[in-house]
Amino acid sequence: MKVLVPVKRVIDYNVKARVKADQTGVDLANVKMSMNPFCEIAVEEAVRLKEKGAATEVVAVSVGPTQAQETLRTALAMGADRAILIQTDQDLEPLAVAKVLKAVIAEEGPQVVLMGKQAIDGDNNATGQMLAALLDWPQAAFASEVVIEGGKAKVTREVDGGLQTLNVDLPAVVTADLRLNEPRYASLPNIMKAKKKPLDVKELGSLGVDTAPRLKVVKVTEPPKRSAGIKVETAADLVSNLKTAGVL
Amino acid sequence: MALDAATRDQLIDTVRRFVTERLRPLEAQVAEEDAMPDDVVEEMKGLGLFGLSIPEQYGGLDLSMEDECLVVVELGRTSPAFRSTFGTNVGIGSQALVMFGTEAQKQKYLPGIASGEIITSFALTEPEAGSDSGAVQTRAVRDGDHYVLNGAKRYITNADKADLFTVMARTDPNKPGGGGVSAFLVERNSPGLTVGKSEKKMGQQGAHVSEVFFDNVRVPAENRIGAEGEGFKVAMQVLDKGRLHISALCVGVAERLIADSVAYASDRKQFGQALSQFQLIQGMIADCKTEALAARALTMETARKRDAGQNVTMEAAAAKYYASEMVGRVADRAVQIFGGAGYIADYGIERFYRDVRIFRIYEGTSQIQQVIIARETLKRGG
Repeated sequence: MKVLVPVKRVIDYNVKARVKADQTGVDLANVKMSMNPFCEIAVEEAVRLKEKGAATEVVAVSVGPTQAQETLRTALAMGADRAILIQTDQDLEPLAVAKVLKAVIAEEGPQVVLMGKQAIDGDNNATGQMLAALLDWPQAAFASEVVIEGGKAKVTREVDGGLQTLNVDLPAVVTADLRLNEPRYASLPNIMKAKKKPLDVKELGSLGVDTAPRLKVVKVTEPPKRSAGIKVETAADLVSNLKTAGVL
Repeated sequence: MALDAATRDQLIDTVRRFVTERLRPLEAQVAEEDAMPDDVVEEMKGLGLFGLSIPEQYGGLDLSMEDECLVVVELGRTSPAFRSTFGTNVGIGSQALVMFGTEAQKQKYLPGIASGEIITSFALTEPEAGSDSGAVQTRAVRDGDHYVLNGAKRYITNADKADLFTVMARTDPNKPGGGGVSAFLVERNSPGLTVGKSEKKMGQQGAHVSEVFFDNVRVPAENRIGAEGEGFKVAMQVLDKGRLHISALCVGVAERLIADSVAYASDRKQFGQALSQFQLIQGMIADCKTEALAARALTMETARKRDAGQNVTMEAAAAKYYASEMVGRVADRAVQIFGGAGYIADYGIERFYRDVRIFRIYEGTSQIQQVIIARETLKRGG
């Protein structure tokens, strides 16, 4: 069984994002970039499926600039077998990424697409769902547990108020939630071996996919600064203040 | 083997993440319990840290000295006790074997050393042989195809956990000084070998040093490293490399302490403003930074020279001398910047202050480094 894991290169989760002065987006100049943490969880799960014998091949794919090769190398170091970069300097919207992935899937023919539920830069939480719709495959989003057996995936999902278990026929799209697993540190020997694993680079244009933007960003601003709170003398004061604020 | 830039960045990044996410949260616990948690040791093994300097064909990473130093700087950003866990396997415990071992010796031990399955120790220091390392009194007497070892070693790092010791012992009692000393690989389970209890130390709790006793320990002759009488030469070359490793460690600890000092000075307010606004505090920060940068530059430049095949005996001694003294001053200023908090254990600064003190002593005291630097400089004529 082949597992395809789409991964995204995003601003590192430790970096404090700064908005560009012209409010067109986040300033990425000289900022540390890493693999999106949810994608890391998806890679880890795919590698575990392979280690358990449920998967035979793990292919990582990224849609992004040349530097996204580093992100793919990380996936290879964690245990993916090979990688594909669909190279573009365009910042693609979820629908465009889903279409690109659909084209890759047509060539690769995976039984499972395992991907992060969202990327921490755009927080769109849309690509996986859109991809499933475009492929007309079953989808199981926000997985906290994945078991593959008998041509099906049993996926436990974190939903409001508890856990829901789905059985989906393969092929399917599964998106990873935070508690699916704790990703490993790629070992130093595997980091060195990763550069010998195959990494194919294809130009976005060669796929013949319409990636024209449908959305327009009006402006990007920093969250408002927190203003100072107030001190109250007694518990009764606290309750009355909360009531006034309409919280109680 | 030198790494390409992208692989090296990824390697450094992974080690930095491991240090930040896994090791730093455990600093106080390890110091308090004076023990390294087993699961952390397993993670270090999984990561490949025990094999940094072991050749690739034996399962190690075969890092160049420059790359090793870059990794060690990252490991310096946490309590040095963590680095000590695998430090002997990377440095003094394995390098005699890597540099002078026979193919059979390497095949027998290096894969286990690289994976961390075999922990190694370097046993040179004795009650009467410290800085005067040629004065080794432990005896090795040839008996057929064995040597019989008798004597005692002192302050041996990781001896409590070691499976394999590189032991310096005198094979020729008629030749005083280093010329009569040979190096041996001695397995822990050899009858007659005992390890004393761990010493109570000033700092670096979680890393242990102990005495090692040899009472008629029979060592197969094929476990001798190099020829008879070459032991001192072996030890000196091992220490040459180790000095750069320690220099890089000192740089890493200094960078950590500077970052902690800056964070504290930016946060703590006195006289209505952050400490970092006071020029006397700024002066201390500037001195710390300047000296740390100088130590880093000297260490990395010397590492590159060594990788290029040049003799770096003098430069490695200078790097170790400067970097270890530098981190002592940086730690002292960090305590000063933290003020009262610097003296309180919970802030961890006084722990680093104690931890770094050993850097000026082990693997050659500052005074021995001065002697080497002067000797080599006089020899070179400037």
